Amino acid sequence: MSAPHRANPLLDSRDKRLPRIAGPCGVVVFGVTGDLSRKKLMPAIYDLANRGLLPPGFALVGFARRDWADENFAELVHDAVREHARTPFREEVWTRLSEGIRFVPGSFDDDGAFDDLASVISELDQEQGTGGNHAFYLSIPPAMFPVVLKQLARTGLATHDGDQWRRVVIEKPFGHDLRSARELNDIVSSVFDEESVFRIDHYLGKETVQNILALRFANQLYEPIWNSNYVDHVQITMAEDIGLAGRAGYYDGIGAARDVIQNHLLQLLALTAMEEPLSFSPESLRGEKIKVLSATKLVEPLDETTARGQYTAGWQGGTKVVGVLQESGFRQDSPTETFAAITLSVDNRRWAGVPFFLRTGKRLGRRVTEVAVIFKRAPHLPFEKTTTAELGQNALVIRIQPDEGVTIRFGSKVPGTAMEVRDVTMDFRYGMAFTESSPEAYERLLLDVLLGEPSLFPVNAEVELSWGILDPVLEHWAKQNGPEPYPAGTWGPPSADRMIAKTGRVWRRP
Amino acid sequence: MIVDLPSTTTSAVNHALIDIRERGGAVALGRVLTLVIITDDSAQVEHSIEAANEASKEHPCRVLVVARGLKRAGTRLDAQIRVGGDAGASEVLVLRLYGPLADHGDSVVVPLLLPDCPVVAWWPGVAPPIPAQDPLGKLAQRRITDAAAAPHPIRALESRRVSYADGDTDLAWSRLTPWRALLATALDLPPYEDVDTVTVTGAADNPSADLLAGWLRSRLHVPVRRRTSPPGGGISSASLERRGGAVELVRPDGKVGTLRQPGQPERRVPLRRRPVRECLAEELRRLEPDEIYQAALQAMTEVNGRRSGAAKSIRSDERQGAP
Repeated sequence: MSAPHRANPLLDSRDKRLPRIAGPCGVVVFGVTGDLSRKKLMPAIYDLANRGLLPPGFALVGFARRDWADENFAELVHDAVREHARTPFREEVWTRLSEGIRFVPGSFDDDGAFDDLASVISELDQEQGTGGNHAFYLSIPPAMFPVVLKQLARTGLATHDGDQWRRVVIEKPFGHDLRSARELNDIVSSVFDEESVFRIDHYLGKETVQNILALRFANQLYEPIWNSNYVDHVQITMAEDIGLAGRAGYYDGIGAARDVIQNHLLQLLALTAMEEPLSFSPESLRGEKIKVLSATKLVEPLDETTARGQYTAGWQGGTKVVGVLQESGFRQDSPTETFAAITLSVDNRRWAGVPFFLRTGKRLGRRVTEVAVIFKRAPHLPFEKTTTAELGQNALVIRIQPDEGVTIRFGSKVPGTAMEVRDVTMDFRYGMAFTESSPEAYERLLLDVLLGEPSLFPVNAEVELSWGILDPVLEHWAKQNGPEPYPAGTWGPPSADRMIAKTGRVWRRP
Repeated sequence: MIVDLPSTTTSAVNHALIDIRERGGAVALGRVLTLVIITDDSAQVEHSIEAANEASKEHPCRVLVVARGLKRAGTRLDAQIRVGGDAGASEVLVLRLYGPLADHGDSVVVPLLLPDCPVVAWWPGVAPPIPAQDPLGKLAQRRITDAAAAPHPIRALESRRVSYADGDTDLAWSRLTPWRALLATALDLPPYEDVDTVTVTGAADNPSADLLAGWLRSRLHVPVRRRTSPPGGGISSASLERRGGAVELVRPDGKVGTLRQPGQPERRVPLRRRPVRECLAEELRRLEPDEIYQAALQAMTEVNGRRSGAAKSIRSDERQGAP
C-alpha cells in the first residue's frame, strides 16, 4: 500500500488538484503479444505516464516465448502506443518510459526463465527504484494460470517484505462455471491473498458506470422512484455489431452468456439495483453488491424466460457478413450461442415483481451498451384515449457506450390546437468521452491496481454469486437443441422477442 | 457554423441562439457552466478561445468572450456566434464592445448567462486589481487570473495575495500541480523524516516559483528560501532538506525533471511546462474555494529572499543570486 507511516505534510484532503501518483512500482505482463495487451494495456500505461500518474522510474517487464532483447519489446510497446494511445505522443515521456522497459524470453514451464525474471526484477529495484513493488498482469488463458502462479511462488516473486507489495491482475473469464471459478480461485489464492488479487472487469472502470452511483445516490430526484412502486422493468443490453473474426477459436465453447452476462451485465445489474452503501469504501460497496447479487434469481421456467441465438450470414450496417458457423475457427456444428437473453428477479422489498431483462449478442443492429429503467404508466390519464395513443412509458436510460450519457423519455404535448401527447426524449451527454483528460477504463483500473485501491474490482464472492445465477441457464441450454438462428444486423432471434412479449413488454430498440 | 451579428443587442443575440438551436434540432443541452473570457480585442481573443474550446471538451460550456475594443469609438456591440465544429464542444459568443460600452461588459454578459449554472470568469491577460470586486468578477463563482501574463508577474501575484477572495485562482498555481504532486509523492517514501529547510529556485519573474515556495512554507512551517535562476526557465529546482538527505526535484531544461532522494536511485521524469488549455481544464474541474491556494499565497510573505517589489529585498536577493 502507498499509505504513509505518518501523515504526509504535503497532502491535504482539501487539495483536490493533486493527482494520486502511484508509488515506486513496476508491472510484469505475461502474454505481451496478445491483442488486449497491445490495444489496451500498453497504451494505457503510456497514457498514465503522459498524464504524470506513474511514478518516476516505473518499470514494465514483458515475458513471452520470443527470442527478443529489451529493444525488440520496447519496439512492440512503441508501436502499440503509437497506434492506440489516446493522448498525444511525446518523445520525452516515451524516453523516460522506455528506460524502464525490460524483456524476459522464455516459456511458462521454463524454470530458468523465471529465475531470470526474478533477477531482472531485483535489478529494476536497484536501477529504477521500483522498491520491490510489482504487479503481475496475467494476460493469458486461464489454463496457463497454475503453471505461472506456481513459478511465481517458486521464485519467491509472489512474496514480499514488510512495506512492499505484490499484486496479481487477472481478466475475465474467471472460470466457465461455478465449479471452475472455484478451482481457479483456489489456485490464485494459494499464491496471493484475496487483497492482492485484482480481477479486471473493464466495464467498472468506465466513467458512466461510476456515474450510475452518482446519479442514484447524489440526487434526490431518482431514488424515491427507484423501486417496484414506480419501476415496471429494467432492460440491460450490451450489443456488439462486430462478429467473431479472429476470436472465433476462443469464443467457441464459451458463448455470449459466459462472455458478457456473467461479468459485465450482472455487475451493471448490481450497481443499478443495489441499496445505498454506507460509504464509498471498498468494503461497503462490495457488501451492497454481494447483497443484491445474493437476492438475484432466475425467473422460471427457463424455456420461456431465456433465449439464445447464433447469427447467420446477412447484411450488417451496409456490409455483407458471414454467419458464425462460417467463421474460421468456429465448429460447424457448434452449439455456442452468440446471442443470449435471460430474465432475472431481485427478491427484496425494493424490487419484488420487477423483472430484469439482460441481453447481449454479436452482430446485432449496432454497438451499444445501456441500462434502461422503464417506469410504470401513470395510474390515471385525464385525457381522452385517442390523446394518449402514442404515449409510451417513461424511461431513464443510462448509456454506457459508445455515446456516454443519460436519456430520459417522457410525454409531451404535440404542438397544435388539439391535445395530443407523445413521447419525446431528453438527452444529456457529458462531453467526457472524447477528451484527453478523461481516463480510459483500463487506465483508471491499472492505476487503481498500482495504488492498491480495490473499489472497482469484483471480489471472488461476486464472481461466484454470478456463476451461481447463470449456471442453471447454461445447464438448461446444454440439454436443449442448438441456438436459434438470427440474421446478422438484426436485434436477435424471435425467441428473444417472444420471451419478453410473454410478460406483456417489448425490447427497447437501443 | 459562424453567425455574425454586427452592431447588435443582447436580445438579438439570444434570439439568434434559440434560432440556431431550433434549426439544429438539439432538444437538450448538456452545458455545465458559463465561461466568461475578458480580454482586449487583440490576438489574445483567438488564443483564449482555442484554449477554451479544448477545455470545453471536458466541460461543455457556453463561452462568452468580452473583447474590449476602442474606447474612443461610438458605443457599439458586435457579436459573433460560433457553434459546432468552430466551437469545440461549446458554443462561443464573441462580444466586441466599443466606446463607453467597453467599461460595462457586465451589462452585456448578464442576459447571456446560462440559467442556474456556475459562472467562471477568466482574464487571460491583465486582470483587474481586485478580481472579486470587478463588475464581471462579481458575476462569477470562480475567477481565474494569470499572473505570468501580466507585464510585472511578481507584482501581479502580490496583488492577488492582497486582494484574495474565495473563488480566486491563478494559472500560476495550476501550472504547479505536477511539481506539487511529485514532491508530495516523494515524501510518501522512507525515511519519513521531518523537512528542516526548503529552497525553491526559479526565474526571478516566475510567479509559480513564488507560489511553490509559499505552498511549501504553508505546509511544512520551516524556513523556505527563494533563489533566482536565469530568466525564461520557469522553476528550475525545489529542494527539501532533511537530516538523512534532501529530496530534490531539478528541471534545468524546462522539460525533464530529475528526482533525487535518499535510498532511491536518481530518477528522471517528464515535467514539461503545462499549456494554458490544460491548466484551464484543471481550473474548471472544481468550482469551490481553493483553500490550499489561499494558504500558499499568504505564506509567500514568510519566504526568504523573495522579491515582493520592495527595493530592499531585491538588493539582498541579487547579492545571493550572484554566481
